[in-house]
Amino acid sequence: MSAEGLNGFAEEVADWVADNLPEGLKGKNFGLAMDPSISMDDLTTWRDRLAEKGWGAPTWPVEYGGAGLSHPAAKVISKELAKAGGFNPIPGMAGMGVTMVGPTILEYGTEDQKQRHLPGIASGKVRWCLGLSEPGAGSDLASLSTKAVDAGDHFVLNGQKTWTSGANISQWCGALVRTDPDAPKRDGISFVMLPMDDAGVETRPIQLISGASPFCETFFTDARADKTDLLGPLNEGWSVVKRLLQHERQSQTSAATGSVEGESLQDMAKRYIGTSEDGSLADTDLRTRIIKHLMDDQAHKLTVARITAEARGNVEVSAAASILKNSATHVAQSKSELSLEIMGSQGIGWEGNGFTDAELDIVRGWLWGKAVSIYGGSAEVQNNIISKNILGLPETTQQG
Amino acid sequence: MTALTEEQTLIRSQAQSWAEQEAPVAAFRAMRDADTPNRFTPATWQSMVEMGWTGILIPEQYGGSDLGYLTFGLVLEENGRQLTASPLFASALVGASALLLGGTAKQKEAVLPKIVDGSEILTLAVDEGPRHAPEQTALKAEKTNSGYKLTGAKTFVMEGMAATTFVIPARTSGEAGDSAGISLFLVSADAAGLSREVMHTADSRGFARLDLSGVELAEDAVLGTADEGLELLESILDRARAGLGAEMLGTASQAFDMTIDYLKTRVQFGKVIGSFQALGHRAAILFSAKELARSCVEAALQAIDEGADNVAELSSLSKARVGEYLYNMSNELIQMHGGIGMTDEFDAGFYLKRARVLETAFGNSSYHRDRYARILGF
Repeated sequence: MSAEGLNGFAEEVADWVADNLPEGLKGKNFGLAMDPSISMDDLTTWRDRLAEKGWGAPTWPVEYGGAGLSHPAAKVISKELAKAGGFNPIPGMAGMGVTMVGPTILEYGTEDQKQRHLPGIASGKVRWCLGLSEPGAGSDLASLSTKAVDAGDHFVLNGQKTWTSGANISQWCGALVRTDPDAPKRDGISFVMLPMDDAGVETRPIQLISGASPFCETFFTDARADKTDLLGPLNEGWSVVKRLLQHERQSQTSAATGSVEGESLQDMAKRYIGTSEDGSLADTDLRTRIIKHLMDDQAHKLTVARITAEARGNVEVSAAASILKNSATHVAQSKSELSLEIMGSQGIGWEGNGFTDAELDIVRGWLWGKAVSIYGGSAEVQNNIISKNILGLPETTQQG
Repeated sequence: MTALTEEQTLIRSQAQSWAEQEAPVAAFRAMRDADTPNRFTPATWQSMVEMGWTGILIPEQYGGSDLGYLTFGLVLEENGRQLTASPLFASALVGASALLLGGTAKQKEAVLPKIVDGSEILTLAVDEGPRHAPEQTALKAEKTNSGYKLTGAKTFVMEGMAATTFVIPARTSGEAGDSAGISLFLVSADAAGLSREVMHTADSRGFARLDLSGVELAEDAVLGTADEGLELLESILDRARAGLGAEMLGTASQAFDMTIDYLKTRVQFGKVIGSFQALGHRAAILFSAKELARSCVEAALQAIDEGADNVAELSSLSKARVGEYLYNMSNELIQMHGGIGMTDEFDAGFYLKRARVLETAFGNSSYHRDRYARILGF
């Protein structure tokens, strides 16, 4: 689509949104902290209208529930939605479906798999979770031990997964399992997909340092995954998951520095701490550290913009994903730490009347944010990827 | 941000092969060892003029090519990689910017073509003490019947011994620290009452101290508006900072590449040292920081080319971020090379010394963090 085409398209989208976005959803927050006043009926109506246009996953082909649009055109949709105070609820409602599983199915799936799974994801009606980490396989994911034994037309799964986000509310799961126990560790792994209502699947939510969380433990006891739901070739699940994780890093890069825009850190600091006569923050040491953070934040955003421009608007998963994941994480975590420090003793509350809701949210967010440098490949794993895959430094002696 | 155009990519690769072949760090070493006057080789400077680099910012009517600051930055980056010594930055970027931003048609006609053909070397003489502080300008410019009389001193003047014309901010009214009362002057190096003296800096480049004792100037020596020069000066400085950021990025990038090469070849404990995770992670962190610094550098230069309203903010961001990166990278260059990095025979020391000099020029990282904060009203 040309620049003019995009402008025309933007108008078309704006008109459609004006006609279709339910009044009750305008300006509401949807995401980790969903506005409790959002009506489920409104949400379902809005989801279905978007899905009908294929705008839940606009870059996917039309035959699988997408709209077959280019990345710049998809961006136009999100921009116009934001302008009208709306949001696209489908990626959130599909769990890991739109951001990770779907793109991987598009790349590795059979025609049958694409037809059976993608439309459900693109409509936001089928939520997916991912069974990757295990209690004994975190950063060293390839040491996983959940077994899948060949039983003719299906596999029988036994083992435990952990950090399965949204497992208790998902309908489907993509799981990394060991199909050849005798092969070297990365070579005996496969990626299977199975329904969560199978009798052999059990989930248990995990309580975190920040309180309740979307994470679960997921137990497979003779759970069944059909062979028609093996994604990619048998015993080549490691390649599939590497690609899937690149999609994950890509989506986290935009998420970590995205939406939550309230009071700026500078204004907040002035409010809690006060200013000197010249209008600068009274605490000069903290001022310097806040400025370093603001520069980190701007440098990160400029880098996302530069890499996007260099990719000619088509940000495919790339080597840059590891750099951006670490930098987004650093920016988000240091913002939380600085916010806490700015609030002083108001920044150590857990609950109750002595603290505002905003203060309590920041404390919970600070604790929750510690997860960001651990999940999706820890900061250390990203640095391994950069040093080996980008810089070409030799493998460490330990097989990573 | 936009990606580099094909023309820009081409100019960069031409600059890269020229610098690697014609003006590599070995040539810099030879220049230092020979104690070359003015601290650059005239033949190197001449080839830059012939390649048209002196005209990159200058409109075609004055003999230039008007390709913009981002393009100039790419050339400076490649020169920064090889520590190529020349007055290109001081004259064709800073000096040309001063004329382009503040010059009358007559001043432009008189000077710009000479910057392009290399017959004039311009430089900005701004600092008067050890800390960069433009509003503290105290060098006195008294009004006379025929114009002005300048008295005072300037220090840390880049290419100050080779320059033929200085751009000198001076105080026409008020006191040091006042934002009003500063005026910019074009002063010929052979003006009566002007003397200069070499400053031997650690990086073996050309710096000078200027002494002006009653230098008489005509009315038309004023660049821009008398008494209201600080804004013009800051605009020139922002272009200098953004341009220098590109050169610093090149210097840091070369230090990074040298370090990675060493990590891949140096063997200790029976292994290539790059296989040790402690070093691999440091390399990964330095690589990521380099990519972030590059974005700041390119954003500042692009903002100038686009006439954006956040040039000051982005120039300070660029100078501060690339300054921090160059500081870390030049230290890691020495540390990761170990003993060989400490020897004069190896090039690492050149990069470390040059790093600190460039970090200091036109405001160090701490200066620009504070300035960035003030721009944000913080």
